[in-house]
Amino acid sequence: MQKIGVFVCWCGSNIAATVDVEAVAEAMKKEPGVVFSANYQYMCSAAGQKMIQDAIHEHGLTGIVVCSCSPRMHEATFRKTAEAAGLNPYMVEIANIREQCSWIHKDKDMGTAKAIVLAKAAVAKLRNDTPLQAGTSAVTKRCLVIGGGIAGIQTALDVADAGYEVDIVEQRPTIGGRMAQLDKTFPTLDCAACILTPKMVEASQNEKINIISYANVEKVSGFVGNFKATIRKKARYVDETKCTGCSLCTTKCPSRKGKDEFNMNLNTRGAIYIPFAQAIPNVAVIDPEQCIKLKTGKCGLCEKVCSAGAINYKQQDEVIEREYGAIVVATGFRPMDVSALNEFAYLDSPDVVTSLEFERLMNAAGPTKGTLLRPSDGKHPKTIVFIQCVGSRCEENNRRGKPYCSKICCMYTAKHAMLVREKYPDTDVHVFYIDVRTPGKNFDEFYRRAAEQYGVDYIKGMVGKVAPENGKLMVQGSDLIENKQVKIAADMVVLATAIEPDPTARAIGTMLTASMDTNDFFTEAHPKLRPVESPTAGVFLSGVAQGPKDIPETVAQAGAAAAKVIGLLAKDHLVTNPCVAQTNELMCNGCSQCEKVCPYGAITYIDKEVRGPGVREVRRIAQVNPAVCQGCGACTVTCPSGAMDLKGFSNQQIMAEVDAICR
Amino acid sequence: MQEIAKRIQNRALELLADGTVSRVLGWEKGETQADWTPALFESAEEMKDFVYGEYAGANLSKYCLKLKRLEGRTLVVLKPCDTLSFHQLTKEHRLDREKFYIIGAGCKGMKDEAGTLLKCNACKGKEFVVYDEIIDDEESRKPSAVMDRMDGVSDLEKMTAQQRYDFWRGELSRCIRCNACRNVCPACTCEKCVFDNPASGAASKAPVTDFEENMFHIIRAYHVAGRCTDCGECSRVCPQHIPLHLLNRKFIKDMNELYGDYQAGEGDDERTPMTSYTKEDAEPGIVKERGNA
Amino acid sequence: MPVTNSEWKPKIVAFCCNWCSYAGADLAGSGRLSYPADIKIIRVPCSCRVNPMFILRAFERGADGVILCGCHPGDCHYTSGNYFARRRMTMLFSMLDYLGIERERTRVEWVSAAEGAKFSKTMNEFAEAIAKLGENRKLGDIRCKK
Repeated sequence: MQKIGVFVCWCGSNIAATVDVEAVAEAMKKEPGVVFSANYQYMCSAAGQKMIQDAIHEHGLTGIVVCSCSPRMHEATFRKTAEAAGLNPYMVEIANIREQCSWIHKDKDMGTAKAIVLAKAAVAKLRNDTPLQAGTSAVTKRCLVIGGGIAGIQTALDVADAGYEVDIVEQRPTIGGRMAQLDKTFPTLDCAACILTPKMVEASQNEKINIISYANVEKVSGFVGNFKATIRKKARYVDETKCTGCSLCTTKCPSRKGKDEFNMNLNTRGAIYIPFAQAIPNVAVIDPEQCIKLKTGKCGLCEKVCSAGAINYKQQDEVIEREYGAIVVATGFRPMDVSALNEFAYLDSPDVVTSLEFERLMNAAGPTKGTLLRPSDGKHPKTIVFIQCVGSRCEENNRRGKPYCSKICCMYTAKHAMLVREKYPDTDVHVFYIDVRTPGKNFDEFYRRAAEQYGVDYIKGMVGKVAPENGKLMVQGSDLIENKQVKIAADMVVLATAIEPDPTARAIGTMLTASMDTNDFFTEAHPKLRPVESPTAGVFLSGVAQGPKDIPETVAQAGAAAAKVIGLLAKDHLVTNPCVAQTNELMCNGCSQCEKVCPYGAITYIDKEVRGPGVREVRRIAQVNPAVCQGCGACTVTCPSGAMDLKGFSNQQIMAEVDAICR
Repeated sequence: MQEIAKRIQNRALELLADGTVSRVLGWEKGETQADWTPALFESAEEMKDFVYGEYAGANLSKYCLKLKRLEGRTLVVLKPCDTLSFHQLTKEHRLDREKFYIIGAGCKGMKDEAGTLLKCNACKGKEFVVYDEIIDDEESRKPSAVMDRMDGVSDLEKMTAQQRYDFWRGELSRCIRCNACRNVCPACTCEKCVFDNPASGAASKAPVTDFEENMFHIIRAYHVAGRCTDCGECSRVCPQHIPLHLLNRKFIKDMNELYGDYQAGEGDDERTPMTSYTKEDAEPGIVKERGNA
Repeated sequence: MPVTNSEWKPKIVAFCCNWCSYAGADLAGSGRLSYPADIKIIRVPCSCRVNPMFILRAFERGADGVILCGCHPGDCHYTSGNYFARRRMTMLFSMLDYLGIERERTRVEWVSAAEGAKFSKTMNEFAEAIAKLGENRKLGDIRCKK
């Protein structure tokens, strides 16, 4: 029989004003198992805690019920109190008589009666409590960063700086991500490459960082501190250790039909190519779809010109298996496909471009070497119309667009407009906008400079139609301020395209059991208080994978994610939550139903000899890995025999509460 | 049916003789003309009592559980609908397919003293989902359902809540908790049933109050939801003639309507509608909405 | 027919998931958003921890209404728990309805940690519905009635 102590807190007058704490303490003395019951002004105070500890010693208590505020507030406090007095910390139950009682009821009799029932339920649960021991698991001191854009690079640099090994897995042949494609950055107008490429070099030269480019994460198993990842490094048909990046092969390659992805397919490249001059690793890659040698067996020109002997047409995919303590998701974004938005004539005219295409057209390393020429005829555009919110802020999430604001478009459109006006002052620039959103440091100043000093014509309203007509683009829109229809004959139209998560993100989310929102952005463990952690322990979020953000925000979040990773990897052992599922082996059918509902893959099956009254046979039995189980309890309800139970929230504990409440 | 029975018997004797199987699970005649009971035959001599025909209504899948640890393979004769139960049990890892030699037996509908069995009136079809060989004839492959199996459920759904309550009180209050339904059910295969487990909160041996039969039958039907193949054995064996299949079929009907058509025992996916979900699933409030409609 | 026994006080059990709805109830508390004292909360880690047996047990022991609150679909702390709870409860409620038990006695509501006001409103509505229905006589163990 347990010896239970009940401690009723006044919480000053927070509880005592509407609950007769004396009467509650008195009533609890009559409950079976209760050997001590008292009340005090502030149970969480040092004096209150001492009162609890003294009672534990004096009365040999085996468990305590604290009637106080929400367990979300002080359960941890009282568990520590009990533990310090030699009690198992899980022999503590809280009756929430503040948030659920005194604060919401005015009538003292009613409040007191309810507090007594809540206390009885807690005592009833405690009578079914058993001491629980938290386990420990070791931490593998290596971090996996999925995605090698600015987010992944920054996280990797910060984690490596703290002395831990980091692997960056990047799906493209080079790290750098979207930022590498940008021309200038707002609001300072410094060139993206000038600030990004030194970081790329730093990452490649850091001994703790291992860049695995042209690779995908195929599978992840395990749990916080102990993940195991399978990484497939695609064959690039070039030996990375031998290639010097001289790029001779890329100039000699006779195949010229491959689309240059780095330049948003605005021009073509060879079948063997280096994505851009500052690529890291600075190693060529062969596009097997375009390579004449790989497709027909003839050619082999690149092999002939390569003095390093790096070309290897027989190279195979390489599968790497590695263990990690922490995983950072930095999968980034891509511009949404706007071809479904017929009104903007994106498919009809090459002079209607997305903003990322425009970045390439403005960039010195782009297809036009930085001279703004329109794609159709290579002439200077004299009138440019920018359309904001293309695909963003749509009512419904469908092919036409996203419900969210892509956040960066207002600023980059202002940047584009300003750069055009600066470089080509004879160009007319119009911007159609719904709102201009500039909540960032020096952002509004930047936008006003575009509108006021650079003479960019901002028109509040949406564009209804873009029609190619005699080499011009007839843009029809509304001006909501002047309250009139506007028609502009433009030479070029730039769509401020919505951004969406990289298409690989969904599969990675599933692999990691990391939750995502309906737009495929990763969800935070808490939107305000834990913004860089995923709800799945050991998985962290960096950059646009979590939601639209600009470069400074991405870098800040990348650093924050790194800090969380470092905090995890700095530990030798993790204490595991003891409130996990457990199989009663004698009752388990081995039917695999529980495994199907486990979100963490914590349940496996083994053949095991079961011994019990009248039973001795080998059966298929469910096993719960306590380090992986997070204690949701989904399995307990699916189990038809009730063999699966949850420690700390067992069937008997919950039913004891039900009974006490309904009594 | 006589001809099919003879062919099964001959084939079983061959398989016993050549050592492919060590025993045969089938039926033998019982005490009355319409009462054929499951039986195990371990030799050619014993096989003389083997019968198959219009009274072989019993689903032998559940009996396989008792035989799964025996040496050698067991030949089991399964009707089309029985194979669903058997396959469901293999999907739940309760039976090892390799331990059994399945003869799929052609079926033209089964009877008992009261006439055609309920489950046969609403026959689910003549497909065998698992078998080693099939012994049937032209006639036994023809569809034979004479009613929609959800008719009974639909009729109840059309009643008022009070009428339904009165109906079920009338039915369930006759329950004597003999556990026949549980014992025959091929989905009720727990090593230890919750009703026998004092820790489960549902344990009780005999009906003490009105509530207990309600609770027993709700929980029983809930526990097999998604795994029940609608073999109808529960109703067939109930000595009080309680239409227990109407509880199981209600779950099946709801699952089909809300989560898409599903037949337990079919396919190889181990997930049931109760161990899967979609983000667009109906909210529980639909029960109220449908009721008010 | 609603039973109007002057002695009768409704008993309502509310299962709340730890991460969203229990926190929502706390928020209702700190916002002093009142709801009837007849409602008593049981904390569970996730809505998927609630076994239909717990609900039947509550009715057996004399509860007049049972409500389950969890995170909004898509927001489950354990990613998928409430999706399973949703199916389980839909099936259970439908079965209770089929047996002629008043369907208004059972309910599921998704309440986030930020929805203190929704928690309070939901509880007030549910308590009102139960008061209107009167005492639960259809599902109850007479031994447990006092």
